[in-house]
Amino acid sequence: MDDLVIARSMFGTTMAFHIIFATIGVGLPFMILMGELMYQKTKDFQYAVMAKRWTKAFAVLLGVGIPTGTIAGVQLSLLWPGFMEVIGRVMALPFQIEIYAFFIEALFMSIYVYAADRIPPWMRIVSLTLVAIGALGSAVLITNVHAFEGTPAGFRIENGEIVDVDPWKAFFNPSFFVTAGHVALSAYTTGAFVVASIAAFKMLKNTVDSKLYLFHKKALLLSVVIGGIFALLTALNGHESAQYLHKYQPEKLAAAEGLFETQTHAPLAIGGFTDKETQEVKWAIEIPWALSFLAGNSFDTKVIGLNDFPEEWWPPLFIHTLFNVMVGIGSLLILLAALTIFWSKWLEKKHFPKLLMWLLVFSGPLSVIAIESGWIFACTGRQPWTIYRILSTADSATTAGNLGVLFTFFIIVYVILAAAVLFVLLYYFKRNTVEDDLLKAEAKGIPSISTNT
Amino acid sequence: MSDAIIASIVLWGFVFIYSVMATMDFGAGFWSMVYINRTKTGATNIANRYLSPTWEVTNTFIVALVVAVYSMFPGAAYTLGTILLIPGSIILLLLALRSAFLVFSHIAEEYKKILTYISGIAGILLPALLISVLPITHGNYVFFTENSQTLDLVKLFTSPNEYAFIGFAISSTLFLSSLLLSDYSKVSGELEAYRIYRKDAMITGPISLVMAFLIMLTLKQEANWIYEKMMNDLPLLILSVICFIIAGVALYIPNFSKNKSMGIPRVAVVAVTLQYLLASFVYGRAHLPYMVYPHVTIESGFTDPNSFHAIFATYIAGFAILFPGFIYFWKMFMHDNRYLQKKQQ
Repeated sequence: MDDLVIARSMFGTTMAFHIIFATIGVGLPFMILMGELMYQKTKDFQYAVMAKRWTKAFAVLLGVGIPTGTIAGVQLSLLWPGFMEVIGRVMALPFQIEIYAFFIEALFMSIYVYAADRIPPWMRIVSLTLVAIGALGSAVLITNVHAFEGTPAGFRIENGEIVDVDPWKAFFNPSFFVTAGHVALSAYTTGAFVVASIAAFKMLKNTVDSKLYLFHKKALLLSVVIGGIFALLTALNGHESAQYLHKYQPEKLAAAEGLFETQTHAPLAIGGFTDKETQEVKWAIEIPWALSFLAGNSFDTKVIGLNDFPEEWWPPLFIHTLFNVMVGIGSLLILLAALTIFWSKWLEKKHFPKLLMWLLVFSGPLSVIAIESGWIFACTGRQPWTIYRILSTADSATTAGNLGVLFTFFIIVYVILAAAVLFVLLYYFKRNTVEDDLLKAEAKGIPSISTNT
Repeated sequence: MSDAIIASIVLWGFVFIYSVMATMDFGAGFWSMVYINRTKTGATNIANRYLSPTWEVTNTFIVALVVAVYSMFPGAAYTLGTILLIPGSIILLLLALRSAFLVFSHIAEEYKKILTYISGIAGILLPALLISVLPITHGNYVFFTENSQTLDLVKLFTSPNEYAFIGFAISSTLFLSSLLLSDYSKVSGELEAYRIYRKDAMITGPISLVMAFLIMLTLKQEANWIYEKMMNDLPLLILSVICFIIAGVALYIPNFSKNKSMGIPRVAVVAVTLQYLLASFVYGRAHLPYMVYPHVTIESGFTDPNSFHAIFATYIAGFAILFPGFIYFWKMFMHDNRYLQKKQQ
């Protein structure tokens, strides 16, 4: 492998590992906040027990999320000094503001966890809200840098020099809101379905209608409702994201859909694999005219095909599959949530069919896979550029060689961290069961559950 | 004052804040490891009580520092990113292990010891690597060619100057953290722990001072330019040493006085912070205008003026928003007896 491929793989591995923790780290505080609010509203202390257990899981995940985030931030300048030189001049604001979001999250997370028994309930809610805002803020801001890479704004290049820098124009680049919105909404979806997964699994493991079963059912319904709402919003926003691609990065949309010839009434290809030689998507289900409609809300919309671009500008064609995986899982999640809510609220059934339960067990891992596919799609789909049509990935990379050894070390550390985090989570929740927490809460009365440590 | 100078002051401010907070953080982790078997003294307990709520905040400062470098000096970020690839990556790997295992050690009680050892040892190696960035920027170990720069690791790790810095980093980490913890245990009313940390500070303090002299001695040989410029501020350096002596007196009072004084660690903490502030000011000023000697200066690496003004505005806004948060945080964990004097559960 040449150094560029290693540099990309190395950063890609860091990001792939980090975003699992980052995404859940945005989604979970929101769930904790919902749990706390449900508790304040219903005075059903089971919700407080939920919030407490999620907080514990969140604290453990932060132990990996924070250092891997630090790695990602620093690796940017270690591996992509050429890129960061441009970003530093033009697009430093989101990084800078992100720091404040980090601080808010870190300060109030400690207060929520370690000072819980010394602050009034309303301050707990305020602290938690600030943690959620901090987490969301850092995700939105860092995604803004990604948005800028696709739709750069706020500067010009003249004779190789960066001129006319307008940092706020760069900050509010065209795709900021839609891209950041997509990441935020999908993080809430993922956080909720990860909770739903565990709740569904526990329901299958416990006797039907036992105390624990009912506890987990409460968690399941709360998370499925939240997850369903956000999955739907993610899809609506995703539609807009695709229209932005049509407008700003047409070759990315063309590669996502395996479209070679520019045409109106363009078909939408679902599934299959793009074949470069025959210029078609093999084994795909084609929906006539649909792509044109999706891209511009009209069948007459002309969608530009890959052949209109020089081949060296083509993104890798496998992104079609990633795009399909992301959209497919997203749709499945909406369906699952709708079905579960329909079953429980309209049919007023107390139990769910086994098949639905098992699908719900897999909803968490599936949503993480969707997130991963989405990110890989978004970043490889921008290739060969780091800043669209302005800076190539090759020009961004470090000139230092021998990255292979470093890459190996990072992989080893990620494997250690992944194993350790799983072990610690299993260890903790095996020794501190829901039953213990419920008994503790019952025995000591409601105020005692105000400690999160 | 030019924008670049203001930016370099802000940056150096971040470096200083992070170094003080990080030494306390890494040091506290190390002490909690050292005293893990002496449960009765409460020394480990005190270290953890300080560490648990603060490590995340401290970690945010290193991100703030890196972001400050590339947002204010993107030109220098290019060179720094290239030459620091290997040391920077090692720092990141250790930092990841350290933070993760620190968190895990509080969750998985049965494995507390091994987890604390891993994070404690990783934590004490980190200051050594972090401070190496300074001698690297002196330029002796960087090989500049037309379009690229490489770091000569062999030359770096065979230089006495590098080892003087490493020795200084480790001894300062132990010194500052034991000093802080002695104050923290005194306000917490943990007298046994206070005696232990006070003794540690008395041992590590003089060692760190000797290391500082060794840095100057080796700098004279290896990077004479910065040595000469530092000596221009000799009065400030002497003042810095005086602060060290004040701190020493504040700690040694019980040994001399006849009434039952316990020493005033709070004064020592303030004096030593001042000591390091003065010394780092002198060093930082002497380092200017170079970021990486002799090719990268604060002017050559400086960002676009529009960007700088926007960033500076966010610094002010951010500080205004965060300040109450920091105050509240301080009250909750450094100033609240309900937290400080909580008995081990």
